[in-house]
Amino acid sequence: MSDIKQIKNLKDFSTSVERFQGGHRLCPGCSHSIIVREMLNATDDNICVSTATGCLEVCTAIYPYTSWDLSWIHIGFENAAAAISGTEAMYKALQKKGRPHSDKPTKFVAFGGDGGTYDIGFQSLSGAVERGHDFIYVCLDNEGYMNTGGQRSSSTPIGGATTTSPAGKVSYGEKRLKKDMVQIMAAHGCEFVAQVAPSKWKDLVKKTQRAYQASGPVYINAVSPCPTEWKFAPEKSMEICDLAVDSCVFPLYQIEDGHKVTVTYKPKVKKTVEEYCAAQGRFKHLFRPEFSHVIEDWQKRVDATWEYLLKREEAGI
Amino acid sequence: MTEEHLLKGWEEFEAGAILYSFDGSSHHINNSIQHSVADWRAEKPVFNEEHCIHCQFCWVYCPDTSIISKDKQFDHIDYVHCKGCGICVDVCPTNPKSLVMFTEQTTNDEAIRNWPAKDTKKDA
Repeated sequence: MSDIKQIKNLKDFSTSVERFQGGHRLCPGCSHSIIVREMLNATDDNICVSTATGCLEVCTAIYPYTSWDLSWIHIGFENAAAAISGTEAMYKALQKKGRPHSDKPTKFVAFGGDGGTYDIGFQSLSGAVERGHDFIYVCLDNEGYMNTGGQRSSSTPIGGATTTSPAGKVSYGEKRLKKDMVQIMAAHGCEFVAQVAPSKWKDLVKKTQRAYQASGPVYINAVSPCPTEWKFAPEKSMEICDLAVDSCVFPLYQIEDGHKVTVTYKPKVKKTVEEYCAAQGRFKHLFRPEFSHVIEDWQKRVDATWEYLLKREEAGI
Repeated sequence: MTEEHLLKGWEEFEAGAILYSFDGSSHHINNSIQHSVADWRAEKPVFNEEHCIHCQFCWVYCPDTSIISKDKQFDHIDYVHCKGCGICVDVCPTNPKSLVMFTEQTTNDEAIRNWPAKDTKKDA
């Protein structure tokens, strides 16, 4: 078990040595790199990263360049979790043979988009968690296949317009509800499951450090606003992120040992789902009178989920 | 990897390339930091030391690692890797802002001379 890096405030945090370098080709204002930087800077230990195919992978590893100043592996879309669990097993086997790579402990982190987590990479993630490997899986949740032009995924929320669920005269866009991945991973019995947002950096760092301390699989769901496909100005990324958190569309909470719920951030002034939708171009059709029921129903569901989480936190179950 | 390798096309490479660590001479590294994305930008952020409180919000929320901090203080902006997204300006808490977007043609001295005045509406 390694020491926790002391990060009391942003000034302490800003002395971190960057292991994710600039010059990558992610869109201006993309939250992926903010999440990755905050997570990698939360520890001084060695880190081994695996990424699923997606925006993050294609933009940071354009041959022959790499943005990662650490061990990095990419195999396919569907097997980020399988790749990292194999790497972790190999590391443990080599350690038993007396071949440690470094004095510092090594942490294993897998980054996947929501396509590589909710849909395509789900079976490898489920398998790796079931086998109990010591790794952290981070889902960069931008609610769609943004790398290939914004198709819907099972993470796309109801009412969202994407290229494969377009909004028009008849359709209000995506018809299905978003999959609740955090609860699904908690049901797997993960030691630690959390939802984070890059705009709440302290909460993110605290949860990441808790994740680095864990000895079993950890799942972290990070909301990652996408300026290109959510259709907002690039400089608004962090504002949209705050809106998502304050409207409780993305509540920040954690589940330990599969049952103990803690809500880590309670907004002082709760915003409405309408405000969250109004800030993004992908929901603009929902403000037409014939589709207004989508936002109303969504608000009811968000309120119910929020109440459910608070009740579970209070009851400690 | 040498410069000669970098000039090769993708089909001329042998399989299984080794990318070395970022330490060492510049000829042996393949860090994306060698690649400039400055031409993505139409507007650039300009820093004004006068108003900065060194809160480091711009450092933590920069997607391109382009805000360089040294000894817990804002040091400079890395204009080679800044894509001009404007998040640093958006999160800057000071009034007037310590970072403001100016067009690419404006020189930094010129920008500081034309710095926006304190926004009194925000205080009220």
